[in-house]
Amino acid sequence: MEQAATKEVTKLQELAYELRVEQAMTKEVYPVTPQSTMRELREIMRVNRISGAPVLEDGELVGIVSIEDLIKALAEGELDASVGEKMTRNVVTLYADEPLIHAVGKFARLRFGRFPVVDRQGKLVGIITQGDIVRALLRKLEVEYLEEEIHRYRASHIFEDIVADQIALVFRYSVVGKDFMRAGEASSGLKRTLSRLGIHPGVIRRVAIATYEAEMNMVIFTDGGEIGAEVTPERIKIEAIDDGPGIPDVEQAMQPGFSTAPEWVRELGFGAGMGLPNIEACSDEMKLESTVEGGTHLKATIYLDKRG
Amino acid sequence: MTLEEIANELALSVQTAPQKLQVEVTGGYASDLLSRVMAKAEQGNLWVTLQSHPNVVAVASLLDLAGVIITEGMELDPGTVEKAEGERVPILTTEHSTFTVVGKLTQLGVVGTDG
Repeated sequence: MEQAATKEVTKLQELAYELRVEQAMTKEVYPVTPQSTMRELREIMRVNRISGAPVLEDGELVGIVSIEDLIKALAEGELDASVGEKMTRNVVTLYADEPLIHAVGKFARLRFGRFPVVDRQGKLVGIITQGDIVRALLRKLEVEYLEEEIHRYRASHIFEDIVADQIALVFRYSVVGKDFMRAGEASSGLKRTLSRLGIHPGVIRRVAIATYEAEMNMVIFTDGGEIGAEVTPERIKIEAIDDGPGIPDVEQAMQPGFSTAPEWVRELGFGAGMGLPNIEACSDEMKLESTVEGGTHLKATIYLDKRG
Repeated sequence: MTLEEIANELALSVQTAPQKLQVEVTGGYASDLLSRVMAKAEQGNLWVTLQSHPNVVAVASLLDLAGVIITEGMELDPGTVEKAEGERVPILTTEHSTFTVVGKLTQLGVVGTDG
């Protein structure tokens, strides 16, 4: 329970970094001037149902006046005093393009009820309260939650929803040789897909490691190939197929630490001779067939009931 | 201990994914050989390395690592930054060596998964 709560806070903080102040603020502002009376302010607040207003003089932000100031004026019978006398002068503002988390921080530190929001030229563009922040976060949370839940829900029920004596889902990814920029995209794509299918994280980890190593071998040594995964309710079968150059001695290639990777590849941290042993360690069954010039065909099976 | 606390204690500069700094770090692993990292690092671990190319992000993302500390002031490829933002992998950099960083992490109680 406690862990769930911590997770929730982290998610909210993440969203508060992603959102900008302008996405949460109220754009309709009802500014008053220093010459307005507190009585006029009361009317503006009542009609628009707001609890504070920025004070503008010739378009310049010169202060902010809140319902607390109004209550004080009421108590002291000073409704005919000017806003200029009762307002707060040293206004703390937020920029419209700042991350929302800055607003959260300022509310916590300064304990003000609201902040005027200005653009980088200093022009007033909105006003933000803690209520605005909560509403913006809830909106964003709901959208993200719905999107991911819909993916996850649809995908994770697929085995139950489909009627057949045997079901197998096949996912194919093409791998481009020598492209280190895109290397890892096939494994990442498969990992995301399996997670949406509701596969156990321990199994996903093993599949991710095995496909990553197979993908990197393809990127480093071949002109590209294809990685496929066939998923049934019992097991995931991974296949990695390329057209060469092939492995001259498969047994030797399986030895931990044996590598034929060129020096520049090793400098990048690849080619430590651990790829194939890693695949073997993560798989329940593994078969590697290769002929020089013909290409390499790797098959690895991971059973879903043997977790982690 | 969260990544943010570690970043503050070690004066690391956050290069990517600042929205993920609240994540709890479960332990650490240090190596420049990606296959060793694939085999040994565990979910939530902090990885210390001087590799700085884009594939570092792929490894960190596939293993759900908490983040990556890149040492000795290694310059990041623009591709690495772009990928890390996309995959939301925090990358933190420092002028210090891997040895020094790991020593400080150990003092903070971040231990290796075999320790």
